[in-house]
Amino acid sequence: MLPTPKGAFALAAGAVLLAVLPIFAQTYYVELATTALVAAMLALSLQLLVGCTGLVSLGHGAFYGLAAYTVYLVTPEDASLSIMITLPLAVLAAGAAALVVGALSLRARGFFFLMVTLAFGQMIFFVFHDTKLGGGTDGAYLARPALSFLGLELTYTGRQRPYFLYYVALVQLVAMYVFLAFLLRSLFGRVLDGIRVNEHRMRALGYDTYRYKLAAFVIGGALAGVAGHMWAMHRAFVNPEIVGWHRSAEALLMILLGGLQSLHGPILGALAFTGLGELPQLVGDAKPFARFFATIGLDDFGLRVQALAERKLLLEGLVILAVVLALPRGLASLRWPRFIRPAYGSGPDRKAQVRS
Amino acid sequence: MSLAGFLAQLLNGVQYGLLLFLIASGLTLIFGVMGIINLAHGSLFMVGAYVAFLVTRAVGSAWLALPLALLGGAAFGSLLERGLFRHFYRRDHLDQVLLTFALILLFEEARSILVGNDFHSVAVPAIFDFSVPITAGFSYSAYRFVVIGVCLALAVALFFWIERTRMGAIIRAAAEKPEMVDVIGIDARRVHMTVFAVGTALALTAGALAAPLYSVYPGMGDGFLIISFVVVVIGGLGSISGAFWGALLIGLVDTLGKAYVPAVAGLAIYVLMAAVLLWRPTGLFGQRG
Repeated sequence: MLPTPKGAFALAAGAVLLAVLPIFAQTYYVELATTALVAAMLALSLQLLVGCTGLVSLGHGAFYGLAAYTVYLVTPEDASLSIMITLPLAVLAAGAAALVVGALSLRARGFFFLMVTLAFGQMIFFVFHDTKLGGGTDGAYLARPALSFLGLELTYTGRQRPYFLYYVALVQLVAMYVFLAFLLRSLFGRVLDGIRVNEHRMRALGYDTYRYKLAAFVIGGALAGVAGHMWAMHRAFVNPEIVGWHRSAEALLMILLGGLQSLHGPILGALAFTGLGELPQLVGDAKPFARFFATIGLDDFGLRVQALAERKLLLEGLVILAVVLALPRGLASLRWPRFIRPAYGSGPDRKAQVRS
Repeated sequence: MSLAGFLAQLLNGVQYGLLLFLIASGLTLIFGVMGIINLAHGSLFMVGAYVAFLVTRAVGSAWLALPLALLGGAAFGSLLERGLFRHFYRRDHLDQVLLTFALILLFEEARSILVGNDFHSVAVPAIFDFSVPITAGFSYSAYRFVVIGVCLALAVALFFWIERTRMGAIIRAAAEKPEMVDVIGIDARRVHMTVFAVGTALALTAGALAAPLYSVYPGMGDGFLIISFVVVVIGGLGSISGAFWGALLIGLVDTLGKAYVPAVAGLAIYVLMAAVLLWRPTGLFGQRG
């Protein structure tokens, strides 16, 4: 789960890379990157359940959405609250919901657990979808929480806002990663790992596995709340879509794409998944296929290939298919080709793969 | 509401439930025997519906769609099993989820390329386009009776196949102890291919039957897939009779709920599923442990 020293270095380099991204990127891409970071937080919080504890939940999006709705519900109509108030409340709401849902659904196992969490997630979805509590099906706009701490307020203009929010999201993602890394190194994390590998053995060793799983479920739900809060802050808008099971399925997909065996896998998966959604646009702008085939005289054929290459679902489907066929351990298992990788570096990597 | 109205809703519920059974039975069989969670099963349903739409457009009547969906579905299912799913039996469940999710996207895109993204209604076959008078002042669509009849016939055939034939005995054995089936020298590959073909054929047939009732539209498999999973889980994974009773239960609860208490109808089936699973964590007909 945890990175090797070399991996930690690569991760730190990645974080620095993300931190300097706004210097080069246009506003549109900074906002897109914030969306990706929020998705990464959601996927990371789900990884505590799926990858670490072996609990595949399909109701995780509900805690995320509930947190976003909490921001909407506590914020007064015409003023914004401090993030120091909204964030704890959103996390508390998500964690409390996870406690109730987890306490009931952890009675079921495996595929049944997945379906019970789906059921509870859908119940929360229908609360927001069918009642007027949060603006019904249309959703509602909200005032963004203010970046004020202990009387000091960070103000920004509309033009600066995407950059500020990007860094707020990045700081939270890094903090969440570090928190989870420490959690997994603790005895608690080791017990979760043991439960994933063999729950009976852990019970025989005297651990009350139900309580450990419930604790993991609540922590995961609360962290999903952090992501949901950031979503509300990013978009200043909530609608039932963010509560529904599609969001949970997307988060699961990101984890699977990124890899179940590592803590940074979900982040890679989320970035890749969000980027994948943009690919048709980029292909459409650059028109590489139309150009290539035009140069060799196959204009008509080139246009047809180009039209196919701009289809979003086709691209997504093929990329996912390629990952599942060629990289069973996800994107996180990608390594430099041998001839680039220094010889001394290959040892720990391979050992780590065998162990996990 | 009137008694006639209630009777109509009751019949609608039974018809919807039986249609769900066709989808859910394939899902539960494929899970029970091969251990595959096939998210693309809803897409197969969609393929069936579009087959009905295309046949109707080409021939003028949805007549031919049913046998075509049944036989074409079986052939298509065998092909999918042989080409793709066979390589995933020993992989993790989550890899299968990823694979079948990719298939959903590809099916949707293929549908978009071949037929487009518009809603299309499909005409009820002309000979069934009338109402059957039941009592004075209450009549019920003949086509819905046909759907109920075809579904029941397929259900009976499925029960007979599973419970009374040699192949059925092997399938039940494979669902319970797959390694024993291998040990006594039965060619499991043939069993797998047959089960997958039957499941696919049932899903396509359900789609073809449903097309005139619900019309065809992008993503139509999604809703049916998730409800079918609810059915499978309530009935107990791998249990055909569980899927049957679960489908009728969900069909009735959903239809009657939408008719009489629309405010909570969306919630009803999920509350029902959660309640059933909290009471019996492996479903109504599931094995303990």
